[in-house]
Amino acid sequence: MGEYTGVRGTVWFRAFTGSASPMPGDPNSVLTADAPLGKDRARFLCVVPDPHARFPCARHGEVGLEEAYTLAARVREVVDSDKGDVKRPIIAIVDVKSQAYGRREETAAIFLAAAAAADAYGSARLAGHPVITLVVGQALSGAFLTHGYQANRILAFDDEGVMIHAMHKAAAARITRRSVKELETLAKDILPMSYDIRDYAKLGMLYKLLHVDNPEKPSPQETQNVQSELAAAIEDARRSPVDLLNRLQSKGALEMRKASLLVRSKLEEQWREG
Amino acid sequence: MSSQKHGAAFINRQSFIELDARERATALFDPGTSRELVGPFDRVESPWLPMQGVTPQEDDGCVVMKGKIGGQAAVVIALEGAFQGGSMGEVSGEKMTAALDLARADSERGIPTSAVILLETGGVRLQEANLGLAAIAELMASILAMRKHAPVICLTAGTVGCFGGMSLAAGLASYVVLTREARLGMNGPEVIEQENGIEEFDSRDHALVWAINGGEQRFAMGLADALVDDDTPQIAEAIRRFVTKGLPPVHRSSQVALYRRRIEALDTSRQWDPKELRTLWAGKGSEGDK
Repeated sequence: MGEYTGVRGTVWFRAFTGSASPMPGDPNSVLTADAPLGKDRARFLCVVPDPHARFPCARHGEVGLEEAYTLAARVREVVDSDKGDVKRPIIAIVDVKSQAYGRREETAAIFLAAAAAADAYGSARLAGHPVITLVVGQALSGAFLTHGYQANRILAFDDEGVMIHAMHKAAAARITRRSVKELETLAKDILPMSYDIRDYAKLGMLYKLLHVDNPEKPSPQETQNVQSELAAAIEDARRSPVDLLNRLQSKGALEMRKASLLVRSKLEEQWREG
Repeated sequence: MSSQKHGAAFINRQSFIELDARERATALFDPGTSRELVGPFDRVESPWLPMQGVTPQEDDGCVVMKGKIGGQAAVVIALEGAFQGGSMGEVSGEKMTAALDLARADSERGIPTSAVILLETGGVRLQEANLGLAAIAELMASILAMRKHAPVICLTAGTVGCFGGMSLAAGLASYVVLTREARLGMNGPEVIEQENGIEEFDSRDHALVWAINGGEQRFAMGLADALVDDDTPQIAEAIRRFVTKGLPPVHRSSQVALYRRRIEALDTSRQWDPKELRTLWAGKGSEGDK
């Protein structure tokens, strides 16, 4: 896998919506558009690199203060305008390398900005909007918590350039005092540590892995296939509860999250005693 | 209720910070009303730590207690900062999420049940990486669902502080309570220095770290609802007050237009003196005490 470039988000946003521009008043790093998807009109959101972003530590595709509050505002706008109406699906296209690591960001409380975006996505889901995440590239750490991890359903490309993880390899190796090679070997044995998207899929949180020949250059047919998969995920979400328990009740979770299931059943049992 | 920092009051203080997670949780309940759920004797441990040569703990560093606060039903969930830095693993994460879901179910059944979460944590436990990150996402989802019915109160007393993904959980809280010994932030100073260099953040500059992440600053910026001394009765009283108060009219993390305007108004061509933001953001904690 090469250096992070952040082109995938723009490519897929354009493939779905026919354009790739921010909404008026928004920073260039957040793309938002409404476009047809299946029998719906869906709202698409994506964070992309903006080399001229106002915040110097958020110029390479990081999710920073402006990105997080813009996502929050654009998601809330949909929830507010669809009250008492058909709940528009919300599609988060995810290719984010990290949250913004900067002094300005800490001083101005990026934790609250990130929480505000997650609040918007999670509240949309609770209000009955199908929230669907499509991971086309990286989905790392706090950036994924901010943009994508509150979705009813998460889909990802089965591709080497796709990565869902708590920490990027170099930092994880440094902190655990291992080489990147050693980390990769260890991660092969300890499933939740693996950087391989196929291993992530085994944990049971992923709704579906999709194959695309070249995620940086989708053919019209591939775009159409992915759109049908998104539409199917929307229908599935509409038929299901609005919580995230599906991630714990999946086939993968029954196998890989036995400890979680044990905690939950014991806690339920003891909660009612006395 | 501002207590002066004079001699006698200081000497008579019962430190909260010196308590472990179990003692902290117990101290917040009406005396004699609490009981622990899925405690050490249930021995639900991390299955992932032994595979990496790390000794697990019988409670996975997370204590769940149910009881009464101010006469009302409440659950307290306390992370033990002394075990793996209070990090979120599969088991500790599921304890938190499941406890919140049960509290919400009780609220929906007509028994309003509040939640108090004691956060001393650096975020995801790296040995459980993706399950830790997923646990935080699921915890956040459960906080959002729960706080429609009853308050979720986050307390960080120190000395670990609340960092990483778990700072987002604090961001979603109905009320945030901090001491001066607490720090709250998303990216620790070492991480910022590592990613963007010492010019961006000198992690050895402790005064700077406290000026940005410290409890006093977060409260003065309006990002916390109470600033309390390291004194157990005072902390318990603050928690009781918020349990009794019920839900805020609007949660801080939902005030998007307000904070978006504030960010837009900032001059990003330079670093700021953290004190500037106290003035700019008009430091009104929703309580306004102290």
